[in-house]
Amino acid sequence: MDIIIIGCGKVGVALAEDLVQEDHNVTMIDTSPERLQTLSEDIDAIKLVGNGASIAMQMEAGVQTADILIAVTGSDEMNLLCCLIARKAGKCHTIARVRNPVYSNEINFIKQTLGISMIINPELAAAMEISRVLRLPSAIRIDPFSRGRVELLKFKVKPEFRLSGKSVREIDNQIGGTVLFAGVERGDEVTIPDGNFVLQDGDLVSFIATPKNSVGFFHNLGIHTNRAKSVLIVGGGTISYYLARQLASMHVRVKIVEKDRARCEFLTENLPGALIINGDGTDRRLLMEEGLTSTEAFVTLTNMDEENVFLTLFARENCGAKLVTKVNRIAFDELLSKLDLGTLIYPKYITSDYIIQYVRAMQNTIGSNVETLYHILDGRAEALEFVIREKSEVTDIPLMNISLKKNLLIACINRGGVIHIPRGQDSIQVGDTVVVITSQRGLHDIRDILKK
Amino acid sequence: MNYSIVFYILGWILNVEAAFMLLPCIVAVIYGETAGWCFPIVMGISFLIGTPLVIRKPKNTVFYTAEAFVAVSLGWILLSIMGGLPFLISGYITNPVDALFETVSGFTTTGASILTDVEVLPHCLLFWRSFTHWIGGMGVLVFILSLLPSLGGGGTHMNLMKAESPGPSVSRMLPTVKSTAKILYEIYIGLTILQIILLLLGKMPLFDALTITFGTAGTGGFAIKNSSMMDYSPYLQNVTTIFMILFGVNFNAYFFILIRKFRQAFGSEEVRSYLLIIAVSIAIITVNIMPMYSGLSESLRHAAFQVASIITTTGYATANFDEWPELSRAILVLLMFIGACAGSTGGGIKVSRVVILMKTACKEMTQVLHPNAVKKVKMDGKLVEHEVVRSTNVFLVVYLVIFAASVLLVSLDNFDAVTNFTAVAATFNDVGPGLGMVGPVGNYSAYSNFSKLVLTFDMLAGRLEIFPLLILFSRDTWRKF
Repeated sequence: MDIIIIGCGKVGVALAEDLVQEDHNVTMIDTSPERLQTLSEDIDAIKLVGNGASIAMQMEAGVQTADILIAVTGSDEMNLLCCLIARKAGKCHTIARVRNPVYSNEINFIKQTLGISMIINPELAAAMEISRVLRLPSAIRIDPFSRGRVELLKFKVKPEFRLSGKSVREIDNQIGGTVLFAGVERGDEVTIPDGNFVLQDGDLVSFIATPKNSVGFFHNLGIHTNRAKSVLIVGGGTISYYLARQLASMHVRVKIVEKDRARCEFLTENLPGALIINGDGTDRRLLMEEGLTSTEAFVTLTNMDEENVFLTLFARENCGAKLVTKVNRIAFDELLSKLDLGTLIYPKYITSDYIIQYVRAMQNTIGSNVETLYHILDGRAEALEFVIREKSEVTDIPLMNISLKKNLLIACINRGGVIHIPRGQDSIQVGDTVVVITSQRGLHDIRDILKK
Repeated sequence: MNYSIVFYILGWILNVEAAFMLLPCIVAVIYGETAGWCFPIVMGISFLIGTPLVIRKPKNTVFYTAEAFVAVSLGWILLSIMGGLPFLISGYITNPVDALFETVSGFTTTGASILTDVEVLPHCLLFWRSFTHWIGGMGVLVFILSLLPSLGGGGTHMNLMKAESPGPSVSRMLPTVKSTAKILYEIYIGLTILQIILLLLGKMPLFDALTITFGTAGTGGFAIKNSSMMDYSPYLQNVTTIFMILFGVNFNAYFFILIRKFRQAFGSEEVRSYLLIIAVSIAIITVNIMPMYSGLSESLRHAAFQVASIITTTGYATANFDEWPELSRAILVLLMFIGACAGSTGGGIKVSRVVILMKTACKEMTQVLHPNAVKKVKMDGKLVEHEVVRSTNVFLVVYLVIFAASVLLVSLDNFDAVTNFTAVAATFNDVGPGLGMVGPVGNYSAYSNFSKLVLTFDMLAGRLEIFPLLILFSRDTWRKF
């Protein structure tokens, strides 16, 4: 497909990298020649210098024949204008990043009247991801499928769970097959486990289950899964704003520590339920005074990755709270994942995940398409959700008779709202939603699961 | 809320109170009074509860403003409950609410009494009653601070001091809070001893000199005679007048005198305003009451004593000012609200707050006339920070709300408006006597238990400057996060 990306900031580059890897023809537009020059040559794309909202520029980039235009410049209005012009000039789908909270309640109106296919708000998406995790603090990460009917949860195996040395089959028998282990990360190794796989302490285990069963599973391990009732947030940026708003509706007590006085005043005006503290989040005394030791969750959302990581490490030593850390730069992610920082949130990942997901869904014209996509297992595997719209080679055949690709797992089948953890005798039918976990990138169609 | 450290401090308060009770024990031994047995009993109880609490220093030394405020207000309540036990055990006060009222009145240096006849009390109880004034005047926590090794982080002591010391802001005279607390107590003890000597020179019996001085130093007002100070010689009354005024001065001034910075000592705007208010009030009242007395010197003596007694919120009386002309009565009621200087042992709104409020009002007027004018409130030539001005305004608002609510609640007893109004004014400002039934020759015994509890709350709120006590009622205080 032909894809135009306007704006080559962090997200634009990440998107281009991913899309090029999936064999799309990418054209990148940015106003700054220096920025385009510094992009590494690994991104095999056309790079144009100019104003992306200019019709001449868009024509040069081939907007008339392009399939998708993605506007991810720093300015919301610029992004919307780019999309609007592209809609008039060509017939492509348009995706815009709009992050100003003022527009967040008007997204649907904007989308409909301007004919934009998708509007992504990275901060809102990140806040939603955090609030999901705070609802079930035992999990490091929760990704919903099928509008929340199924979840992919990740947790760390600790000695007190007494899971070490048990095989996946044993655990399965013990809890009655209500969850499915989708992946295990041990050190640098990522495995999609079979029944004989033996767990160890320190493993990061991802599993798929319905929300009810996942709570039951944690109960079985003797973990309290009560949702956090108090949250201390450091950094009063846009993510904290969205997060506090969502938490307030869940009746969670929220305290936000923010350095900038004016920002504090904005927050206290717009978040009547939250307690806004004006102060430096790295002030140890302030954190202690505001109850770091007694909070149930501690979320670091400052703009400095170093501060976030540092604060989380400090909190880990001083309290038993659920920890959430925001990381902007992903260059050192292997290192960070070794530090046991609780839940890591990469806003940049979230944005590109959402867009890639849309691109894949769009690309697919053959009847089944990708509904949802997540990078899981440290970005080395993907969880995809397909909707089966028509008969194909994979439908109506018992799964044990299908020869699947290596490192691929059919994790669950949603049939008319009922979630099945599939066994060998089950088969995929038209109308099902299927979640597939795989370490193979670039799955676009349900038929891609077959070994070729 | 770090409960372990709050309990640790409460333990210390109990132990220190038990130690203080040694003095009335000695008095009981000297006078051979059997009622004195109540003190060793209460001391035993205090030690039994207090010692286990202080035996181990808590591991969790997290101690911030919230802990300080809770420790101070709970400390004062505990102090009053234990301090009231001797009255109950000895049987001189039978109603527990009365005993609480009397002791709170003592510790908060109010001097409002529910006793109709104080002269029947044995010496040891009279001594204890006056001694509570002396303890409460400078503050128990400040006393403990000057003795105790550091509790926790650096802010610990300052927070406690802030919560207990009267006035809009606390200034430390010496680099450490501990040494500041020590010097405060040294000044306090020094002035106390000086007054005792001067009273003894005027041929006052030792016991009277001690108790009257305790009442003066703490600006309390419990007398050991039903006639308060009326029966003492003019010399003794004048000495008391002067010392009442002295104890109402900001103690910083004495510190500056000690370190020989006289200009700062006498240049303080607050002290000057305080002395000016006293001088003007005395002048007006002297003229106003002249027809009632046999000459200038007598009316001046009475006017000066009453003005000093009321503005410093002491509450002694040499004359029944309830019978004075309306103008004089009105002035005295107004003086109740103004109160003494911040950083003294007196109560009321405090002169420094009144000065700040007046200056804010003036500033507002300038602002009306010159809308674009840039003006700041200054005191002693220094800028008063916006935060202080704001908290002063808020203090006044909360003060008025509590005042109004108290008058309303006390009115349930169906006494006349003057009695109710001045009863609340006299307790909330920690003065003692009001007008009408609670005037200098009356007392608070007629009020119902409920009203007494309301007034008890007012006394504590007045002494601790409202907020430490109010946060006890906030759910946020008790929640873990």
